[in-house]
Amino acid sequence: MKLDFEHHQSAHCESGVTSSLLRESSLNKITEPLAFGIGAGLFFCYIPLIKINNGPAIAFRTFPGLIFKRTCNALGIPVIRKKFSSKEQAESYLIERLKEGHPVGCQVGVYYLSYFPREYRFHFNAHNLIVFGKEDDNYLISDPVMDTPTKLTSYELERVRFAKGALAPKGQLYYPQSKAVITEEQIRKAIISGIKTNVNQMLRIPGNFAGVSGIRYTGKKIKNWRDKLGLEKAGSYLAQLVRMQEEIGTGGGGFRYIYGAFLQEAQAYTHHDQLPEISKLFTQAGDLWRTAAVHAAGIYKGRLGSQEDFNQMGDYLIEIAELEKKAFLALKNIKW
Amino acid sequence: MKKENVPQDMGALGKITKEVCYATDSNGKYVTELSNGWDVKNSALDVAWKDVEERIAVAKQKVLNGEASPLLFFMECRLMDMEILAGYSGFWQWQVKRHLKPDVFKKLSDKKLQKYADAFNVKVEDLKTMTVHEA
Repeated sequence: MKLDFEHHQSAHCESGVTSSLLRESSLNKITEPLAFGIGAGLFFCYIPLIKINNGPAIAFRTFPGLIFKRTCNALGIPVIRKKFSSKEQAESYLIERLKEGHPVGCQVGVYYLSYFPREYRFHFNAHNLIVFGKEDDNYLISDPVMDTPTKLTSYELERVRFAKGALAPKGQLYYPQSKAVITEEQIRKAIISGIKTNVNQMLRIPGNFAGVSGIRYTGKKIKNWRDKLGLEKAGSYLAQLVRMQEEIGTGGGGFRYIYGAFLQEAQAYTHHDQLPEISKLFTQAGDLWRTAAVHAAGIYKGRLGSQEDFNQMGDYLIEIAELEKKAFLALKNIKW
Repeated sequence: MKKENVPQDMGALGKITKEVCYATDSNGKYVTELSNGWDVKNSALDVAWKDVEERIAVAKQKVLNGEASPLLFFMECRLMDMEILAGYSGFWQWQVKRHLKPDVFKKLSDKKLQKYADAFNVKVEDLKTMTVHEA
């Protein structure tokens, strides 16, 4: 059994899966940047009290699952989403959907994901892939970050669908219920609602740990890392920051480039002249994040290490916060 | 980032698949470009693995000093925290915490040890002697 499904490589797993699952009903119009932007994917968050892999909990994107949910909501597409307590039920439900002709999105953990390079296999449970068929004991997998479709045996798929730990997927699967055609007008409205949500997310969340103020707060914190953590641990923390920002799935520059691409594409639907200019601000922000990453690498590779270097690192983030504030304020002030 | 500046530094990922990056072309229009990797993040990943190695070494010493049971060593080897180990072994987190004490660990039944061995993908004998065969 093999569904008529075309694999597309993308930068980020969830927006890639969203784009692919909506390909048929949107007639290829919902690209990855559109899915990311409509789903209001851009974010920043640093929670000092929580540790991930013994390092700081930093995110450059919104909470897992939200991009698919928001994109489908904004486009008015009903979504089926299910978690399972039984592995058998999780598999039989999946097979039934495939028989009905639905490619299905699955949340999985990457630790046991056999086709991933070993160096990348941490206990990270918010990866997403699409199952689009089964041949003998092999499920046909479209993993958006891989350049070609792959396969997992039924045991391997079960193991990653029931990975344990934080954000355990519990066999979660999801797919758009209808294949009704999405109109350009729907896309236009969805784009506007996605931008508004993202503006709120970056400018209005109270407290200093999230959004633009979260970036500034992290910048201030980084200046203390050298004294507080010691040079080596501070270096490891910065390495974790860089991985969250640049590692596979971000499209580069902490998702800022994908967002820049989204605003360019949004222009074609909304015809708003300011969008290309605002897109450039996000390109600048992405570039600055990467400049900061090069500086951070100087620290964790041992080439830099003075307090002055940490101050500089913190100042980069404070500068980025100002830049992104400017960009989101410009988006906020658009009269749609 | 300009398209021609997308880095092509071969890393662990580049050997298996290239990754999609978003970058601007000569007209400032966003396009996708494939990348083999970037030295800055390759070395960030190296730092993460070096930290893991150090934690394994510290855990091993703790077990040898009688300060922790071998579970700690295998948790570090398998990058697991208490929540993850509880998930894969089927024990509660408070039980795992107790079993991390060497005295409690020594009295565990073979049946319970087998659960941990399965979670770590090793044999019960290896569990006691801290022997790791690469999976």
